[in-house]
Amino acid sequence: MWGSFGFGIACSAAFALILGIPTLRLRADYLAIVTIAAAQALYFAFGTSQFAAITGGSNGLSQFGEDFYRYNPIPEGRYDLGIITLSQDEIWIRVVAWGLVILVAVLLVILTRSPWGRTLKGIREDEDAVRSLGKNVFAYKMQSLVLGGVIGALGGIVFTLASQTNQPSTWVSNFTFMTWTVLLLGGAATILGPVVGSAVFFAFLMLTQGLLEGMVNLGWLPFLDVAQVGQIRYLLVGLFLMVLVIFRPQGFFGNKKEMQFNG
Amino acid sequence: MANAQVEAIAKGAAEPGCAKVDPILVASNVTRQFGGNKAVDVAHLEIPRGKITALIGPNGAGKTTLFNLLTGFDKPNTGSWTFQGKDLAGIAPYKVARLGMVRTFQLTKALSLLTVLDNMRLGAQDNPGEKFFASFVRPLWAKKEAQITERANALLARFKLDAKSEDYAAALSGGQRKLLEMARALMSDPKLVMLDEPMAGVNPALTQSLLEHIKGLKENGTTVLFVEHDMHMVRHISDW
Repeated sequence: MWGSFGFGIACSAAFALILGIPTLRLRADYLAIVTIAAAQALYFAFGTSQFAAITGGSNGLSQFGEDFYRYNPIPEGRYDLGIITLSQDEIWIRVVAWGLVILVAVLLVILTRSPWGRTLKGIREDEDAVRSLGKNVFAYKMQSLVLGGVIGALGGIVFTLASQTNQPSTWVSNFTFMTWTVLLLGGAATILGPVVGSAVFFAFLMLTQGLLEGMVNLGWLPFLDVAQVGQIRYLLVGLFLMVLVIFRPQGFFGNKKEMQFNG
Repeated sequence: MANAQVEAIAKGAAEPGCAKVDPILVASNVTRQFGGNKAVDVAHLEIPRGKITALIGPNGAGKTTLFNLLTGFDKPNTGSWTFQGKDLAGIAPYKVARLGMVRTFQLTKALSLLTVLDNMRLGAQDNPGEKFFASFVRPLWAKKEAQITERANALLARFKLDAKSEDYAAALSGGQRKLLEMARALMSDPKLVMLDEPMAGVNPALTQSLLEHIKGLKENGTTVLFVEHDMHMVRHISDW
């Protein structure tokens, strides 16, 4: 189990390096384009039957979490937490996930307040100025890209362990754009932003699903059927995102002062 | 310029491209072409050490392009140059800066969303806290950081920016940004400062104090090379 955690993290770091070497010298737009394309390429690669022995092809893998759940110290049973009831494994994954969130958030706070973080902010403002002050801009960008990749890998590990399934089709572009929504919602360039943003985003998705389904079943929305609700909520997400960008571009936690000087 | 002074700097007759007694920067045969337009064509150039040298010329003469070439921000078509005897052609800009040759930009590049003080701190070299892993361990860099901050505050006071140190650089006026950029370049104690139009947009009273400051740099042993259009200023402070 530890081996596969390490392998996952090492892979993400290596992948970030490979993506970064050609693109970090160019404008940021190109990095965005290349990462989306690379995600798509990997999706097709892992979905082919060629690698089915390792990746399970397009069906992916499932039930690989026994090792992880064996470490679960919580006794077996159902736990009533007021509004929801969870099994011991469901509690365990939540504890581990939030533990990781707190750990990563603390490390990032330390990092952004250090001179390293200051240099990175400087690069965000003007690469050439930072270069003229003797900083290796490329190395800083690479370090931050790899760091982002590793944090993403941690998220992916928790995500797949929770459901104990991993299919290539989970990781298509939709997932990328959902992540962006989460980031914008919470506020770009913040640490609490993505945490709260993701909580709000997924709560919103589930609430609207439940509400709309209820309303359809009650016959209040005669132009919809239950199967369409799933699509409608993504429309609502888009609408929500537009309203957010217009009226609160800094997200929940972004620094209004920082946004005002844009341009 | 007094003749005696000219003789002290130049080796032989004072003419374009003449050899200097003690050059810090020597460039030969540097050219840069943009399409059919030869922007820079320098046969030979020597910058005397510990002096203030003015680079003058009409708009479009290629002064800024020469700056870009010398500091590695642009690649020349031909040519070579040495700084303190070290060959600099093809060296990355950040390495050039670490060697002690720091430049400013004509269109100021203040880091808008960093505070003025952070801008200054960024100018310092060899801060261990700027390494990825070391940055997690505060004791490794707290002392150096305190020294840097002290130096930054001293420089800001000299440039009359100390009242603004906690403001975002974006909140500064154009002239103040010029000052900040110059002060930031001085954070690393460079051997050679290259100022691209340092006085453009700075009010005359402040210009006087800046001039004094540039002269002060010379006394500390820093070499200054600057581009300027104001001939009064050029005559007032430059040695060459």
